Amino acid sequence: MISLGSQDTPIASQKVSPRQVYAAWAAQSWKLLALPLLLFLTIPLVAIWTRTSVADFWATLRQPQAVQAITLSLVSSFTTMLLALLFGTPLAYLLAQRRTGFTRFADTLIDLPVVLPPSVAGVALLIAFGRRGLFGPALSTVGISIPFTMLAVILAQLFVAAPYYVKAAAIGFTAIDPELKQAAALDGAGHWQTFRFLILPLSSTAMLSGMVMTWARALGEFGATIIFAGNLPGRTQTMPLAIYIGFEIDLEVALTLSIILICLSFFALAVVKGFLHRKLAADFESSSE
Amino acid sequence: MKNRGIISGCMAIVLLIGSACSPLPVVTETATPQLPDIETTELHVFAAASLTDAFSEIGKRFEAAHPGASVVFNFAASQQLAQQISEGAPADVFASANKKQMDVVIEAGEVLSGTQRTFVKNRLVVIFPSDNPAGVAELEDLAKSGLKLVLAAQEAPVGQYSLDFLDKASADPAYGAAFKDDVLKNVVSYEDNVKAVLTKVSLGEADAGIVYTSDITGDMAGKVDRLDIPDGLNVIASYPIATVKESSNPDLAQAFIDLVLLPEGQDILANYGFIPAAE
Repeated sequence: MISLGSQDTPIASQKVSPRQVYAAWAAQSWKLLALPLLLFLTIPLVAIWTRTSVADFWATLRQPQAVQAITLSLVSSFTTMLLALLFGTPLAYLLAQRRTGFTRFADTLIDLPVVLPPSVAGVALLIAFGRRGLFGPALSTVGISIPFTMLAVILAQLFVAAPYYVKAAAIGFTAIDPELKQAAALDGAGHWQTFRFLILPLSSTAMLSGMVMTWARALGEFGATIIFAGNLPGRTQTMPLAIYIGFEIDLEVALTLSIILICLSFFALAVVKGFLHRKLAADFESSSE
Repeated sequence: MKNRGIISGCMAIVLLIGSACSPLPVVTETATPQLPDIETTELHVFAAASLTDAFSEIGKRFEAAHPGASVVFNFAASQQLAQQISEGAPADVFASANKKQMDVVIEAGEVLSGTQRTFVKNRLVVIFPSDNPAGVAELEDLAKSGLKLVLAAQEAPVGQYSLDFLDKASADPAYGAAFKDDVLKNVVSYEDNVKAVLTKVSLGEADAGIVYTSDITGDMAGKVDRLDIPDGLNVIASYPIATVKESSNPDLAQAFIDLVLLPEGQDILANYGFIPAAE
């Protein structure tokens, strides 16, 4: 919270001249400059709550379109998170190895989906995996057509959100003292054993926070999904899509789903920032003792 | 979590820059009508996505005829534009793809009832990729099981018209009562607007789609083939246009509408596959 009063002024027993008080206040006044952006970022998130009532919220939650969108969003985002864990861990481990030109290049490539507009991701996915895309003909010979399916939803989410996990896990892997790994090797631990009993436990916090961030980002995915997966209630219409399409006819659905997304995202961030950071700090202290 | 720190830092910077860039002051009322070429006056035209190509050309003609005027288009699905105008977006002209969305804006008090004019008509057509992967040859094929059909969402005028067409076809014994349901079972996506339907079909991702005849122009004509819907089943869409009440430049807005209604504007619209309002 912002406090304009100053805790660092001398205690009351000493004589404080008004000039000193003024100086103390003036020294703190820069904090006012933090207010505009703080308000700008919080007001819309609060405002959205003022347009709906609890009764409307529950009524909307029972509408099939809302239920379908919530179910689809949860299933697809959790699948994305698990896929990121499964395929992202080896990649993160590779990136955490000795820096070479290749790993640096791969590292930059992985950052790209994070900064690219998701619409670019959608078009790129369509060109790669669409029916007429690079791999489209090959996929269709085995009877797979990805666009307009839930698989397309998951791939869109994975493309946009997996980098969060990979980066976080790689940082966790890098932070492990190389001497520990050498000691393990000296004790006769194999590659897998080192990974399983040393690296995995030590970087579990980083991996977990990366997973939560990937899940939250996947949950909010919109641009790539609507381009690559289309919009069909029950199959590819996730919550962000239902908000976008529903905004025009049924503001109530859009509001309810928005509130759910705000809550889930806040929860995800709170988990990462609160619990995991405290655990990280504790780990750090215990390891430096 | 050094990485996340960097990311959130970047986001904060982006947001800061975004919030610092307040819209540049647009000269509107201060511009004296006698000296229009000294100050640039922006005319904000909110037009249905299907009008993109035709209105862009009319906009260029308008700017040539009105030195100092600069036409700024906002092309989107009519229902989005209606929402934006109802919420107070700065629009001077609204051109909707159906009466319903114009009514939304009239109800919101942003357009005076009775001032809207029908400026063009449009009709539906079935399109499919040129290599026709699903072998679409007649309208009945839309009900063929396994066909991937893309429609516009019901919220968009063209989406509602598509459903109207299916209703009419189902009422016709030649197609059978189950026609609409069978066709809707084939829908793989309800796209946000008509241009998205066109794109998905032209890319070959979908086997068929329903758009306006006016959408198949330019290079699109080479990428998709069309299957006409007979008049009896077709829906003729009337496009209304009006000045927005709060327009900061009503005279210029009216001049733009006049150009659209004049033979010059009607010819441009006809070139893009629209049916002139008089027909």
